Amino acid sequence: MSENMAPPPTTAVSNPPVEALAPNLGDGDIVLASATPNLPPPTRQLEKLAKLIDISKCIGCKACQSACIEWNDTHPEIGVNFGSYENPHDLSSEMFTLMRFNEYEDPETGNLDWLIRKDGCMHCEDPGCLKACPSPGAIVKYSNGIVDFIHDKCIGCGYCISGCPFDIPRMSPTKHVVAKCTLCSDRVSVGQGPACAKACPTQAIVFGTKDDMIAHAEERITDLNGRGYDHAALYDPPGVGGTHVMYVLPIGDKPELYSGLPADPKISDVVQGWKGPTKSVGMAAIGLAAVGAVLHSIFTKPNRVTEHDQVEAEEMVEDILGPVETAELATPQDEGKA
Amino acid sequence: MADREYSESSDRIIATEPVEVRRYAAHTRINHWFTAILIILLILSGFALFWPRLFFLTGIFGGGQNARFLHPIFGVVACLSFLLLFLQLWKLNLMRREDVVWASKITDLLAGHEERLPELGKYNLGQKLVFWGMFWLLLTMVASGLMIWQQFFPDLVSIPVRRWALLVHSIAAVLSVLVIIVHVYAAIWTRGTISAMTSGNVTGGWAWRHHRKWLREVARRQDSPPAE
Amino acid sequence: MTNSWTDIRNTDLVIVMGGNAAEAHPCGFKWVTEAKAHRGARLIVVDPRFTRTAAVSDYYAPIRPGTDIAWLMGMIRWMIENDKVHWEYVRNFTNAAFIVKDGFGWSDGLFNGYDPETRSYDMSEWDYVIGADGFAQVDMTLQHPRCVWNLLKAHVDQYTPEMVERITGTPTDKFLHIAEMIGETAAPDKTMTSMYALGWTQHSKGSQNIRGMAMLQLILGNIGMAGGGMNALRGHSNIQGLTDMGLMSNLLPGYLNMPKESEVDYATYMSTRSFTPLRPGQTSYWQNYPKFMVSFMKAMWGDAAQPENDWAYHYLTKLDVPNYDILRMFELMNDGRVNLYFCQGFNPLLAFPDRGKITSALSKLKLLVTIDPLETETSRFWENHGEFNDVDTASIQTEVIQLPSTCFAEDDGSLTNSGRWLQWHWKASTPPGQAKLDTWVMAQIFLRVRELYRQEGGVFPDPILNLNWEYADEGDPTPDELAREINGRALTTVYDTTDPTKVVVEAGKQVLNFSQLRDDGSTMSGCWVYSGCWNEDGNNMARRDNADPSGMGVYPNWTWSWPLNRRTLYNRASCDMDGKPWDPSRMVIEWNGEKWVGNDVPDISPTAKPQDVGPFIMNAEGTSRLFSRAMMRDGPFPTHMEPFESPVPNVFNAEMRGNPVARVFEADVADLGTSEEFPYVGTSYRLTEHFHYWTKHNRVNSVLQPQFFVELSVQLAEEKGITNGGWVRIWNKRGSVKAKAVVTKRIKPLICDGKTVHVVGMPIHWGFTGNAKKGFGPNSLTVFIGDANIETPESKAFLVNIEPSEEPVA
Repeated sequence: MSENMAPPPTTAVSNPPVEALAPNLGDGDIVLASATPNLPPPTRQLEKLAKLIDISKCIGCKACQSACIEWNDTHPEIGVNFGSYENPHDLSSEMFTLMRFNEYEDPETGNLDWLIRKDGCMHCEDPGCLKACPSPGAIVKYSNGIVDFIHDKCIGCGYCISGCPFDIPRMSPTKHVVAKCTLCSDRVSVGQGPACAKACPTQAIVFGTKDDMIAHAEERITDLNGRGYDHAALYDPPGVGGTHVMYVLPIGDKPELYSGLPADPKISDVVQGWKGPTKSVGMAAIGLAAVGAVLHSIFTKPNRVTEHDQVEAEEMVEDILGPVETAELATPQDEGKA
Repeated sequence: MADREYSESSDRIIATEPVEVRRYAAHTRINHWFTAILIILLILSGFALFWPRLFFLTGIFGGGQNARFLHPIFGVVACLSFLLLFLQLWKLNLMRREDVVWASKITDLLAGHEERLPELGKYNLGQKLVFWGMFWLLLTMVASGLMIWQQFFPDLVSIPVRRWALLVHSIAAVLSVLVIIVHVYAAIWTRGTISAMTSGNVTGGWAWRHHRKWLREVARRQDSPPAE
Repeated sequence: MTNSWTDIRNTDLVIVMGGNAAEAHPCGFKWVTEAKAHRGARLIVVDPRFTRTAAVSDYYAPIRPGTDIAWLMGMIRWMIENDKVHWEYVRNFTNAAFIVKDGFGWSDGLFNGYDPETRSYDMSEWDYVIGADGFAQVDMTLQHPRCVWNLLKAHVDQYTPEMVERITGTPTDKFLHIAEMIGETAAPDKTMTSMYALGWTQHSKGSQNIRGMAMLQLILGNIGMAGGGMNALRGHSNIQGLTDMGLMSNLLPGYLNMPKESEVDYATYMSTRSFTPLRPGQTSYWQNYPKFMVSFMKAMWGDAAQPENDWAYHYLTKLDVPNYDILRMFELMNDGRVNLYFCQGFNPLLAFPDRGKITSALSKLKLLVTIDPLETETSRFWENHGEFNDVDTASIQTEVIQLPSTCFAEDDGSLTNSGRWLQWHWKASTPPGQAKLDTWVMAQIFLRVRELYRQEGGVFPDPILNLNWEYADEGDPTPDELAREINGRALTTVYDTTDPTKVVVEAGKQVLNFSQLRDDGSTMSGCWVYSGCWNEDGNNMARRDNADPSGMGVYPNWTWSWPLNRRTLYNRASCDMDGKPWDPSRMVIEWNGEKWVGNDVPDISPTAKPQDVGPFIMNAEGTSRLFSRAMMRDGPFPTHMEPFESPVPNVFNAEMRGNPVARVFEADVADLGTSEEFPYVGTSYRLTEHFHYWTKHNRVNSVLQPQFFVELSVQLAEEKGITNGGWVRIWNKRGSVKAKAVVTKRIKPLICDGKTVHVVGMPIHWGFTGNAKKGFGPNSLTVFIGDANIETPESKAFLVNIEPSEEPVA
């Protein structure tokens, strides 16, 4: 490690380094890469990281969105109001994170909750996007848990969009590459935290090692339990092997209330079927068919026309037409009659 | 006049000694080979996107982005081309009673006893199944393909539907390749077949051996008096 | 703020009412989340809308806009009835024990002495009974029927929970739940902090709203405490600095008063500012008024201000009316009585009420000069933008000169935050294009004007010619020079008042703080409350030591706080009569037997014995005031007054409209609407995505909140056939706007006095310049009437009608 290389990416501390540091996150840290069956093993194991979004502290101010736009230098369009505070109207290749707002009235108490959730890539331990991606190395997962899109290798097929259990990746209609939150891998690799966490005024977004974030979440859940949120819970869904973006949900037993956060996300069985059996069984079937054809051609005689067949044909033709010279053959009689 | 039940209007005997029969008109052959080339391109580009180990095939098209861009365009063109072929061929590919008998004696065919099989028109059941198989598979692929055509139809269907489309598209692709293998191998194994799609002609012996009713009808049609 | 932002983390209970802290002050709101996370603090939100603050609150209750006084008086009543009173605090630290003159009284919604002709009260009876000893009479047992406490009890008696619900629409059960929560903080070791903003100030009785909560906080003993206080959340990064520096028509820097026309000379002016103590031994710090005033005059006119000429008192402009506030200025302008208007860092066309009148007034100017970093709507008021600014350009003869100025990051300087911290900042970027610093612009104009006076004389050139202008580059005073001038320095050597041989500060040196200012002309200071910001220790505003020795978020060496780097005002009140902290775990200061010591700068003379001197040293009483004597035009106690445009009559007096003593211009009366024509209550507010009318010029902010909308309840939308995301028109007699509709469960119809009241919420951020979609502001609809005491326009409560509409034509 050279003198001015950042320490291995671990956690954003309150006063991150200010000097210029070489990024310390590289190919040797990749543990999963799309469409790369023979990935070399990683050269080291980084500490697992996580961003924790505490919905009970989030005021929906969109500073995170703003920081995300600024840091990533994206250009979402200035849209219109659709009857909601949500703007832009959806995630896009220019908007990697979005505050989603849902007004929920508790059917028992009648009390209103304005549930505000920062939507964006969850950085799954078992990423569906990566599973679906056909382009070798276009989606990678580092040993610290960050799932990153390598735009140079993206072919624009959009398979990751179908693969993602959280509906996160978005295709650029002009650049034809897909984009999403990188967990600021470029910042993390030089010892900084994600831009959104940096900008969050209430520290509803915090970033650090996954263990620390889980411990922090436990404290928050205890606090929420004391405020009548008996079902407050950490959202770290096991169906995708856990995520490196986690939520503290006050209404932890109903994650769907938070603008459709899936209760039990996992890579769709359909995607599994597509990328699993269809691929292997399909390959095998085609291989077997090809081999079978070759073997058949070797071990059986081809179906040949015999001399006898030719004679029979000539007899048949002569029986019908009588002796005819080739040159006398008429064109078909019913042409144009059908 | 002679009914045309087993043959196309362009089918005719073009030589008698030895007998040669025109099986496919030039435009049909062009149509076939155009479709075939597109399907090969589709297989190459499609497999590159389906099997990571074949991703290198995108190089043929100038990289992944191009392969991704071209594949659906090939697909649409191939389907239109196939549609033209379909319009020419569908009638004689309708199933007939003798196809059932033929199918029941398929082992005789493979054992080299084709004479034990019933006489057939222009197509046997195998050919018909290839035809209809390709028809339905291409229809499936074009429909599912539109659903996953990110560049032009990003919001055509919901993501769950899209997942099914991807699965169906890939299964249909695998099946269509299997059909094509059968098609190609059958053409090779049944010697004398390939010329039907190259020169357009088959020998009388080939016709008598494999498609006797067709040969008979073609001959009879040429015996009929000229139309009024 | 009496306390600081960082102190909020010490609280047990936060009440956000008359504000929307999470939304309008997201960075400061951080300290609420800290208090919640680390102290288990609870958060109450009372607001017409379920805001983003409510989204993270523990308890929310709705309230009808403009009825806060009834709510707060009801709360005080409940505290008294349920013995949730910090008795020792109330008895000793408030004027509860003071005996009030017999003439004071209240009936039918009005105090004694009301004259409908002049729309004013005779306030002579609103005062204490002064005894033969010259001091106010008190009854420390609080038994005297005319003591403030008993008058207060009687005053609030009618605000029962049922009456509160009838007036405010807050359901009784919710009100009582909140009362229980608030009542807990009457315990000496529990505090509540009040966070408020323009939701309380922008009413015709805004000052009384705030007084209502201040009184509640005093009764609970929460003023001066860590985690307590009355915390005004300022709407601009430096609006606290604006008031401190006296940028009000009736103020001089440091809350000194602009003289009135009747105060013909310095002696007359000072005669009403003697501020002798009303109780024995009290500090009454305003006794130092002459020191601050003379030092200010020396800063202004230097050698031209001498004792012989009343310190150049005659140079000062004199007020012929109480205020030349913005409403009066535009009223005069609309009457054709203003020719030239300098508009610096202000966007009146969107900020001031009754936009139609603003446009009309601007059109009557001869010259409008705007000094702003942005293309404001005001500078383009003459430009036709279809429905968005439908003016007849050809008929407007006003010449407009736009002088591009800089933004904060393009200059050094200080910003004073809500917590009174003067935070120095450094230039980060070079101004674009032809933009110039405001100081440069002002200096250049001044030099040219002075030159004209030099050459041409004029009626009264002295104040201009003699203005003290001691800057290295006359044409470009630097922020450092200005800051040093504000701090003040000794003009001649200053000696100790008790020991004339002892030098306090050498001539030419910066004074340490305002304690070294003198009324003999030996010192100068541009703004006494800021004195200490840049003394001989250097620029204290630039300090960035984030050490927190107390662990209470005091950060004494982080920047500098006025006055005297004191972080919590009235902090003497955090201790009992023996000087022991009410809550030892949150000790701010304490008496160690000899002097006051602790974690903050004591807000009392360090050696003033706790039994002798009251904690509210700025007041002649030495105590705080539950009864404000004759200091407020609309009464010594807050009393319920409806907004000028109200959906229901005043329950106490159906004839009374709005605040009976608020100034109403004749021409505006006809534009007031009734609930028959305009049945819905409009209210205005900010959104967190934008800052006023600035950030719509910024691409990112425009993305996050692109288009003007209004918010209304599901019920009202159904009634009017309004669809979510569809267009609506909102109008009243003053104007009409079109907006996208956000139909929400967060606004619920209220039942007030048996009537269903619908609220229509209108954010303020859109206009016809900038990046965001063109839109309107609520100021097209708001009333041209201000608070009775300080003229803040009543932008938070007005009447409108609403209907489905079509997209406006640009």
